[in-house]
Amino acid sequence: MSDWRFTLRMAAREVRAARRQLALYASAISLGVAALVAVTSFRTDVTGALHEESRALLGADVELRSRSPFEGEVRDLLDSLRAADMPVASLTSFGSMAFAPRTGGTRLVEIRAVSGGFPFYGSIVTTPAGRWDRLEDTRIALVDPAVLVYLGIDRGDTVRLGDAAFQIDGTVDRVPGEIGLEAAIAPRVYIAERFVDETGLVRFGSLVRYAALLALPDATAAESFVDEHHDLFQQSRVGHSTATEREENMSEWFEVLSRFLGLLGLTALLLGGLATGSAVHVFVRRKLQTVAMLRCVGAPQRTVFAIYLLLAALMGLVGAALGVALGVVIQHGLPSVLADFVPLDVEPRFRLVPALAGFGIGIWVAVVFALLPLLDVRNVSPLQALRHAVEPALRRRDGWKVAAHILILATVIALGVSQAPAPVVGLVFAGAIGVTTIALWATARVLTLGARRLLPTRAPYVVRQGVANLFRPHNQTTPVTLAVGFGVFLLGTVFLVQRNLLDRLAFESGSDRPNLVVFDIQSDQVEGVRALLADASVAPPQVTPIVPARIAAINGRPAEELLQDTTESSPGRWALRREYRNTYRDTLVPSEEIVAGRWWDGESTGAGRLARISIEQELAEDLAVGLGDRITWDIQGVRIETEIASLRRVDWARFELNFFVVFEPLALAAAPRTFVTLANVPDDMGMAMVQRDLVTRYSNVSALDISTVQETLQRLLESVTLVIRVMALFSIGCGLVVLLGAVATSRLQRLHESILLKTIGARIPQVRSILAVEYVTLGLLASLAGTVLAVAGGWGAVTFLFRLDFRLPVLSVLALVVTGVAATTAVGLTGNRGLVRRPPLAVLREVAE
Amino acid sequence: MIIAEHLEQTYTSGGRPLTVLHDISLSVEPHAFLAIVGPSGSGKTTLLGLLAGLDRPSRGTVWLDGENLNTLSEDDRALLRVRKVGFVFQTFQLIPTLTAIENVLVPVELQTTAVNHGEAVAHAHDLLERVGLGDRTHHYPAQLSGGEQQRVALARAFANRPKILFADEPTGNLDAETGRAVIDLLVQLNREQQTTLVLVTHDRALADRAGRVLRLVGGRVASGDGRIAS
Repeated sequence: MSDWRFTLRMAAREVRAARRQLALYASAISLGVAALVAVTSFRTDVTGALHEESRALLGADVELRSRSPFEGEVRDLLDSLRAADMPVASLTSFGSMAFAPRTGGTRLVEIRAVSGGFPFYGSIVTTPAGRWDRLEDTRIALVDPAVLVYLGIDRGDTVRLGDAAFQIDGTVDRVPGEIGLEAAIAPRVYIAERFVDETGLVRFGSLVRYAALLALPDATAAESFVDEHHDLFQQSRVGHSTATEREENMSEWFEVLSRFLGLLGLTALLLGGLATGSAVHVFVRRKLQTVAMLRCVGAPQRTVFAIYLLLAALMGLVGAALGVALGVVIQHGLPSVLADFVPLDVEPRFRLVPALAGFGIGIWVAVVFALLPLLDVRNVSPLQALRHAVEPALRRRDGWKVAAHILILATVIALGVSQAPAPVVGLVFAGAIGVTTIALWATARVLTLGARRLLPTRAPYVVRQGVANLFRPHNQTTPVTLAVGFGVFLLGTVFLVQRNLLDRLAFESGSDRPNLVVFDIQSDQVEGVRALLADASVAPPQVTPIVPARIAAINGRPAEELLQDTTESSPGRWALRREYRNTYRDTLVPSEEIVAGRWWDGESTGAGRLARISIEQELAEDLAVGLGDRITWDIQGVRIETEIASLRRVDWARFELNFFVVFEPLALAAAPRTFVTLANVPDDMGMAMVQRDLVTRYSNVSALDISTVQETLQRLLESVTLVIRVMALFSIGCGLVVLLGAVATSRLQRLHESILLKTIGARIPQVRSILAVEYVTLGLLASLAGTVLAVAGGWGAVTFLFRLDFRLPVLSVLALVVTGVAATTAVGLTGNRGLVRRPPLAVLREVAE
Repeated sequence: MIIAEHLEQTYTSGGRPLTVLHDISLSVEPHAFLAIVGPSGSGKTTLLGLLAGLDRPSRGTVWLDGENLNTLSEDDRALLRVRKVGFVFQTFQLIPTLTAIENVLVPVELQTTAVNHGEAVAHAHDLLERVGLGDRTHHYPAQLSGGEQQRVALARAFANRPKILFADEPTGNLDAETGRAVIDLLVQLNREQQTTLVLVTHDRALADRAGRVLRLVGGRVASGDGRIAS
């Protein structure tokens, strides 16, 4: 019979004998493949849908945006389009308070006023259906479902927006191109544009965004329209995007998001590979006698090697196939979990390419990780069939093993780079996996050596025996440390980052901190608002002026000219085009410090000198300006030239009123301005009353309850971490399989040991205690190692990614360690359950036979 | 059939060299029955392993059916075994995941030359029939008693019609009566199949049935000269 037929036959027989065991190991691969297939298929679903419905994302072919109403040439252009019967819609958005007279509820909302038949493409889903079509003709409002909840009202109730009242006709469930996140921060209220004036909300200082939406024959027409008028838009500070650009932006955004999730899936897959590796290790260990016998009766090395390689491939095949199936099921569940992050409704479909890729990657990972333990098969001497004690021949510098290590390394890097949003991220990922593995492996080595060295000679027998188990031959210290350590590391990192972000929010909302922001206060309302707040607030409210302004020129060069300049040293477009909300004051606030130049400490500007400003350092970089440079501001048509007197570093994370640009007071004394104030209102009742009083007395003034922002952020953070945790769970599932595999390795050995112990008189509790000591020690060290790595990972993410000070929640970290120990001990004891209860005689007979 | 010259085997144990065989020379004629006896640790099993090509000697040479084992690679020695050698072990060494008949077929399936599978199965059946297990061909090792397992191992040893059979304490794990029955079978099959038999044993009664006895003490030949004729 030829070699390969024998190989196939033997592999098939091995499968027959160990179906259940192999299925368990295959499941480790399947979890990783499932995570990967689900994420990549879903990504294909979303980018496909984005592409198919790119026009619906914008609702138009071209969108023009401006911070001020369209004027001059741009208005003429829009008028000429209308005259040529081209559809032009408009969308005006601004923040305001919504007030429900029936319940007294108030909430800051985003008002979106539409006209001209927006949207041209795609449809806005409302409840009851079809209410969108009535919006432009009637005095109704369509709102995000959240608005009803916040205001405590129902459909049919009235909502006041400024000076106008609207009947709520329905809720808006889906607007193509908008992601749920936006609605969570400021829920939307849609009205017809013709009622905007009636509300009286668009006043001096209001932050209003104007958009004009155009329908053109096709994408090419959209492209050429934008190209043709590019200069005009540039000069008029009109932003623009085409449907194609919007699609590309959204696809890119979603791609980055989903690729980060993909990396988590990959972590699960690599742990699955580790599980296969340890499974093969277990298998080969149990088969040493068989291998030796096969070699004895004349099986060549390669045949024996091929049998077990085939088995690993088969495990990979079954695992990968199961994984693809499971992945497709998860893919269909993802749209609801990720609804807040996806800009349109997605119909999940079976995606062949991600499925095939997942299938192939699954098998490959299983085989590559099986190689290392499999190579040991070659070292089994046929003599081992005659006598058990023969030590396998050790080969120094085994070329194949080096090759296997390189193959694993290359696989991790290649998979990391192919899944990551950017190659660098992939390399960092591979590096992190490598560092974690090496650190955990080193911990296991230290543990093994340390246990031998520091074995407590005077400790009770059960403790000595339990600790000795850590370094006895065929011990399971390394795989358990890797599995438990990885699980604790992943969970711990996600937890620490989440906890730090949440703590930050909670810290800022301490009882002595302001919790209400009141803004858009006009000059003649300042005293009234101050008086109203003084009664409710703990500390007297500080009123800060805000002067809206644009940059007209820098060092004498007009902004329009600078915008045309595309050389590298030119100022950033964003920084040039935006509307600044500047303030003026005498003193620095605690959240800022001067890094260059001098602050004006009360000294007044000399006559005839330029007004001085202080500018935030990163903005200075964007604008390519420094100390002594001159910026000319356009404040409601009046030009004021200023000189940069200092640069400041601002801690934006602190909840203060922070500004990019601060003027010295005298310079803006006569400028038109609005006011903003922070108040500290102690209880919920007071908070609701203050907001209601404000809205009823000053309809244009907006108030934002910080706690609602915090709740929103918290909810967002929780939904993000939920997704991450779900992905991490896959990894933990794989880790569990590794752990079970490790426990299974030594089960037979333990059986012999416990029989021996019981035969010579050990009681069951003693045998159990030995096991418990071993797993508690293992679990403790592995969890500690995982936790140290998690703290390092969490610190890195919080410090460098979120730029916050890292805080270590000691109690929670201790809880994490305890959980790791408990899980390890539970799995260890469960895996060996029944073992201690078996009567020695029955087992002795079984072992002898 | 087997010629060994000046065999010496040294292992490293606890960092020190340990010589377990000293200058052993012997030859075994075709169809002969050689028993190797001696106390525990005298090097019996090591000698058997060297004669079967399971390991290379530190010094000396072994010729097996005319082939110098020293000149063969590990895989070539495996090939030689699969063609010409049968094994019986003290601990039976059946593959627990295979049925009795599948275990018997393993050496046949390992043959690289074309084998008529139907014929091989028939031969395996016949062998199991001969060892009295014709009705237990589809049982797994765990479902068989020790004596039955060793009889399966005997059937396996003869499955590839070997020229030489090596047996390492084949009765060591069996009670006296079962052991005797197994030896009867072994001797009978050996005679019928015209096999050369090399057997390591503690059992005086078994050694007495051998044509020649080689007695090892402390890794040296204590009695029985190297020439063993049939």
